[in-house]
Amino acid sequence: MSKKNWYALLAILLIGAMALTACGGQEPATEVAPEGGKSEVEVFSWWTGGGEAAGLEAMIAIFNEKYPDIEFINATVAGGAGTNARAVLATRLQAGDAPDSWQGHAGQELIGTYVAADQIEPLNFLYEENGWLEVMPATLIPLISQNDNIYSVPVNIHRANVLWYNPKILDENGIAVPTTMDEWFAAMDALKAAGVETPLAMGEQWTAMHLLETVLLGSMDPAAYNGLWDGSTAWDGPEVKAAIENFERILTYTNSDATSLSWQDASQLVVEGDAAFNVMGDWAEGYFRELGKAPNADYGWAPVPGTGGTFQFLSDSFVMAKNAPHRDACIAWLTVAGSKEGQDAFNPVKGSIPARSDGDRNLYGEYLQSAMDDWASDVVVGSLTHGVVANDSWKTEIDTALGLYLGSGDIAAFQSALAAACATSGPCK
Amino acid sequence: MRLDKDKILSILLVMPSILAVMIFVYGFILWSGRVSLSQWKGLLPNYEWAGLQNYINLFNDPRFHIDVRNTFIFTVLFVFGSLILGLMLAVMLDQGLRGESFFRTVFLFPMAISYIVTGVVWRWLMNPAQGERMSGFNILFERLGLDFLINQWHTTPGWGIAFIAVPAIWQMSGYVMALYLGGLRSIPEPLREAARVDGATELKIYFHVILPLLRPITLSAMIILGHISLKVFDLIVAIAGKQVALDVPAVYMWQTTFDGYFFNRGASIGILLLLSVAVLVIPYLRYSLRSEAEL
Repeated sequence: MSKKNWYALLAILLIGAMALTACGGQEPATEVAPEGGKSEVEVFSWWTGGGEAAGLEAMIAIFNEKYPDIEFINATVAGGAGTNARAVLATRLQAGDAPDSWQGHAGQELIGTYVAADQIEPLNFLYEENGWLEVMPATLIPLISQNDNIYSVPVNIHRANVLWYNPKILDENGIAVPTTMDEWFAAMDALKAAGVETPLAMGEQWTAMHLLETVLLGSMDPAAYNGLWDGSTAWDGPEVKAAIENFERILTYTNSDATSLSWQDASQLVVEGDAAFNVMGDWAEGYFRELGKAPNADYGWAPVPGTGGTFQFLSDSFVMAKNAPHRDACIAWLTVAGSKEGQDAFNPVKGSIPARSDGDRNLYGEYLQSAMDDWASDVVVGSLTHGVVANDSWKTEIDTALGLYLGSGDIAAFQSALAAACATSGPCK
Repeated sequence: MRLDKDKILSILLVMPSILAVMIFVYGFILWSGRVSLSQWKGLLPNYEWAGLQNYINLFNDPRFHIDVRNTFIFTVLFVFGSLILGLMLAVMLDQGLRGESFFRTVFLFPMAISYIVTGVVWRWLMNPAQGERMSGFNILFERLGLDFLINQWHTTPGWGIAFIAVPAIWQMSGYVMALYLGGLRSIPEPLREAARVDGATELKIYFHVILPLLRPITLSAMIILGHISLKVFDLIVAIAGKQVALDVPAVYMWQTTFDGYFFNRGASIGILLLLSVAVLVIPYLRYSLRSEAEL
């Protein structure tokens, strides 16, 4: 054989090898027969680092203890808030290769996407068998249901409507923690007059949306706020107008470099004494602790003014795929995820509170204990930014309207864009 | 034409890549085109016919107007900035100074870095914070007493996108320099000498002899930079994240498709991007194919 032919042969072999590896990669792992009758469950999430991954590991340890015969396949895709993971999941679902269970923000983010596409199964039977309806707040259940079907098991609860403040700055200026919008405005005016450069710290665009949802809640009663998401409160009505006017005024107290700050940067301004207030979910508390700050000394917390007695929640939850490849193993996993033992293993590590109101208080820190009290007694409403009240399409339309408003400052156009978003992607007709 | 063994073998060998390109490039372009004419919104495909409605909606979409404006500003600044800076660097290096290869490498290095890394570093450099938290370039300017240069960088209302072009120029002007340097070296010395004998000044030689001879290089550089700038995505996401003020079509496409499940709108943006790049590239391809045929 000549030299040239040898090269050709080599090339063909290489191409063949590449083709084989390519096919091998596409073969779904689930089709491999489990050895010795051992079953498995594939759980898909974006918990790859920090307290989240450690919390998941703690829950997996409990699962392995209870179900030693089931192999737990921890399928994770890295990326903040799951942007990458959800794109991967969408591709897998479109290809008919669903994992048994996957993570999603409880509420419309799951319902609007996966229930609308008929991909997940109602879990009412699990709630009834395990008595979860008695230990979870009654106002939570409608927010994670569609047509009385409950579609996910929440493993943790975060609170969105938290106002973080710097106690030293407030003390020095003789300001009490505000409880109403007007008190808040007066406090921030006083701080500005006293030379505090940034009364309220804000970060990149999604943190502005987070602020907007708490201002919407603070400017109307919880029933009207819930009505925004089922179409009974008009987006072009007076309540929303008042809320947007409050929002416009609040933005005048924020830092000028907001768009270049992450939420961590913005929250840090409060504990470092560069800003008096910050509105952020209670994951900020975990971050403050990481920075070595002490509760009540370096940072204080209160409900966002006007939202006292209301718990604006978000939650990570797990679902069961319709026709899950390993249905029984998946039910076993969800039972652990909803159990007191599972939730008390996950949440202290993640820095959140259990969705059940019977968690072991001694495992949690000072802030989380106060959140557990509120969770058990407050009216529960859902967060927009974190996927509870609006489906993803609607949320991105609101995000676009907000981004345009932040550029133009035109509140009339903002309100009509919000009304249009509800008409095209929400329940408004 | 006689098909001998070698010919069959060579056709067989290129077949896999031809097939892959047919499916994964042209097939998917057609498929995107079809999706852009559909009503697909949500997780699962919906190919119901929508005609040109998605495109009409885009042309009435205030966010898409911002995208077009931002892309235009970015492209103009980035292409001309890189061309001018690259040419200046090339002309300076061409003077035969000592340590030329050192500087050539230094100027080329930024090109070896990905846009993500450039974006993260320049995000720090262009930190817009004021007062005590000032950092990056702003604090440098303050220490040097150049206070008038302190600015809000990419957070400047309305014109933030212009500052995104700065790191992009920093990254690509070395590449343009390399292109021009190759061109300058290929210009025969006798041409310059002839001009000098005719009494032309050095400046005149550059404007009337050398620049016209570099025209093909300028054209290639413009095409390459132009299509990079139309598709810019990673640099903006690394510096600014997802915010409407600094939005460009590629970011909008990504966000609306994968965050909002508007597959129809995302596909329409993709097709418009493809068309805008095609307007640049196809005439260039025809030109270069024709000149290759002449050779």
